[in-house]
Amino acid sequence: MGYRDEKLSEEKVFKDPVHRYVHVRDRVIWDLIGTSEFQRLRRIKQLGTSYLTFHGAEHSRFNHSLGVYEIVRRIIENFKDRPNWDDDERLLCLCAALLHDLGHGPFSHSFEKVFKLDHEDYTQKILLGDTEVNKILTQVEEGFPKKVADVINKTYANKLVVSLISSQIDADRMDYLQRDAYFTGVSYGHFDMERILRVMRPMEDQVVVKESGMHAVEDYIMSRYQMYWQVYFHPVTRSAEVILSKILHRAKELYESGYTFKLKPTHFFSFFAGQPTLKEYLALDEAVTLYYFQTWMEEDDPVLSDLCDRFVNRKLFKYIEFNPNSQMNQWMELYKLFSKAGLNPDYYLVVDSSSDLPYDFYRPGEEEERLPIHLLQPSQELRELSRLSDIVEAISGKKRTDHKLYIPLDRLEEMSNRSKTKKRIMEILYG
Amino acid sequence: MLENHAKLMQFFSSTEEIVGRKKLQKMIYILKKCEVPFEERYQFHFYGPYSEELTLRVEEMCNLGFISEEREEKKNYYQYRYQITESGREFLNHYEMDLPPLHDHIREMNGRSSRFLELVSTMLFFEGLPREEITEKVYAVKSTQNYTEEDIQDGWKFIEKLRGIH
Repeated sequence: MGYRDEKLSEEKVFKDPVHRYVHVRDRVIWDLIGTSEFQRLRRIKQLGTSYLTFHGAEHSRFNHSLGVYEIVRRIIENFKDRPNWDDDERLLCLCAALLHDLGHGPFSHSFEKVFKLDHEDYTQKILLGDTEVNKILTQVEEGFPKKVADVINKTYANKLVVSLISSQIDADRMDYLQRDAYFTGVSYGHFDMERILRVMRPMEDQVVVKESGMHAVEDYIMSRYQMYWQVYFHPVTRSAEVILSKILHRAKELYESGYTFKLKPTHFFSFFAGQPTLKEYLALDEAVTLYYFQTWMEEDDPVLSDLCDRFVNRKLFKYIEFNPNSQMNQWMELYKLFSKAGLNPDYYLVVDSSSDLPYDFYRPGEEEERLPIHLLQPSQELRELSRLSDIVEAISGKKRTDHKLYIPLDRLEEMSNRSKTKKRIMEILYG
Repeated sequence: MLENHAKLMQFFSSTEEIVGRKKLQKMIYILKKCEVPFEERYQFHFYGPYSEELTLRVEEMCNLGFISEEREEKKNYYQYRYQITESGREFLNHYEMDLPPLHDHIREMNGRSSRFLELVSTMLFFEGLPREEITEKVYAVKSTQNYTEEDIQDGWKFIEKLRGIH
C-alpha cells in the first residue's frame, strides 16, 4: 500500500464544538496537521479584530481549517458511488480543504491592504516551496502539491472538486458561519447543515442542491446576510481595524523616514521594504505582532504610541454615519480643522466603507459574473436559487452599502471648550 | 478619502458607458495587468478573474449617485449599463488622479466581446507560466467556452496592442 492510501491503525478524533468530532483516518492528513506551517494557524485568529467586539471570538484558523476538512470529508462520504463523482479525487479534496487558508498572515485583512500582499500567493508558496507541507504532499505523488495548489487557486480542471472548497455554497462558508456564530455567541449563523449535505449532488462541473432542500439553503443564505451586518461588519470591529491599519501605516512611514525605533522591529523590516520571503512571512504571527504593538506604546512618536495604546487597551475611535456625496465639503473642512487642532487627519479622520471589508453576498450570477447556486429539479433541470426563492431574491436584489467616519472623540473632548476649532468640529460632526 | 472609488470613477469618466457586469470585471482586471494601479483584488472564479471588491465598490458608487446603473431585460438574462453621473464628475474634481489616460485602452476593450475579454483575462491570470502551459491551462479551465488556437493567438496580439498604448 502506498503512502496515499495509508490509514492510521486507529481513527484519530478531535473534539470540536461545532461538528462534535473531526475524524482522521488518512496518514497524509494526520501528517499535514502536524507540520509547523499548519500548527502556525493556531496563532492566527479566524476573525482578526472581532475579539475586541465579541470577547469570545478568539478561535483560530487552525480550528476553522479542521472544520472545513471535516465538512468536505462528510460530503465525500455522501458522494461515494454517485454519478459524476470520481473517488480518486478524494484525498486531493481533503488536502485542499485542510490547507486552503494556510497562507493567512496576522490580522490578514489590514496587513494585506497596507503591505499590498495577498495571502493566497503565500498559500501557493507554502504548498509549492521548501516546506514541511510540500514534502508530505510530494510523498503522495510527484505533482500532487501542484494539484492541491490548483484546487485552492480555483484553477483545477475538475471544477466539481473546486466547488466543494470554493463556490457560493461550499464547505469553507458552511464552517465559518457556524463557527463564528458559536464563538461570537450571536444567535444568527445557524442553519441545518446536515440537511444541506444530504441534498447536495455532484453534477458535471459543480455541486448542486436538490430542490427539496431549498429551505435549508435559504436559511444558509439568510445567516450569511445576518452574520455580515451583525458580526463581520460590526462598526466597533471596523474601528479596531481602522486603528490597526493606521498603526501599520505609521510604523512603515516612520521606518521609511529613518526614524530610530527603541526596539528594532526586525520582524517587520521585510514587510516595510516590500515582498517578504516565505520564511519571513511565516515568522510573523499575531503573538509577535501584538508584542510589537505593546512595545510601540513606549515609542517617542506620539501618533504610533497613541494608536498602539488605543489598540492594545481598546480605546477605539467613535463613529458617525457619513455620506461622501452630500458631505464632501464638510469632510474637506474637517480635514483642515483636525490639522489645526493638532490631530493628523491622515491618522485621526478616517472614512471607512463597506467595500473596505468585502464580504461576498449571495449573487445570482447575472451576466455570468460568478457561478450561482443551482437547484436540481425533479425533471433534472437546473434553476438558479433566487428564481425559485422569494426570500433569496429579496436579499440578493437589495443593495445596502454603508460609509462611516471614524474619529478620536476623547481627544476632541479634551480640547478647551473655548476653542473655536473644537466648537466647529463638534458642530459638523454632531450638529 | 475614497481614493479607490475615485480611480474607478476616472475609469467610467473615460468612456461614454460600460455595458455588462462581466465586461466591467474583466476590463478592470486587464487594466491592472497593464500596470494601471487599481487596487481591487481578484480571485479566479468559474468565469475567470473576478473581484468582489469591485462589485461592492460599484454598488457603493451607484448608491451614492456617482454612477448610474440601468438594468435591461434581454432574451434570457439581464444586462447592466453603467455611466458616470454629474455628481460623480463633481466628486472627481476634488481628486488629483495619478492614473494614465485610459481612453484608448477602454475603446479597444469596448470593441470586443465579454467572451473574448474573459479569454484575455484568463490568459493574463496565468501569465507567469510558459506560453504552451498557458494554452493548456486555458483549455483545461475553460473547456466549455471552446476557445480555438486562433482565439488564443488573437488574445496575445490584443494584449501586446494594449500594453503598447503608452
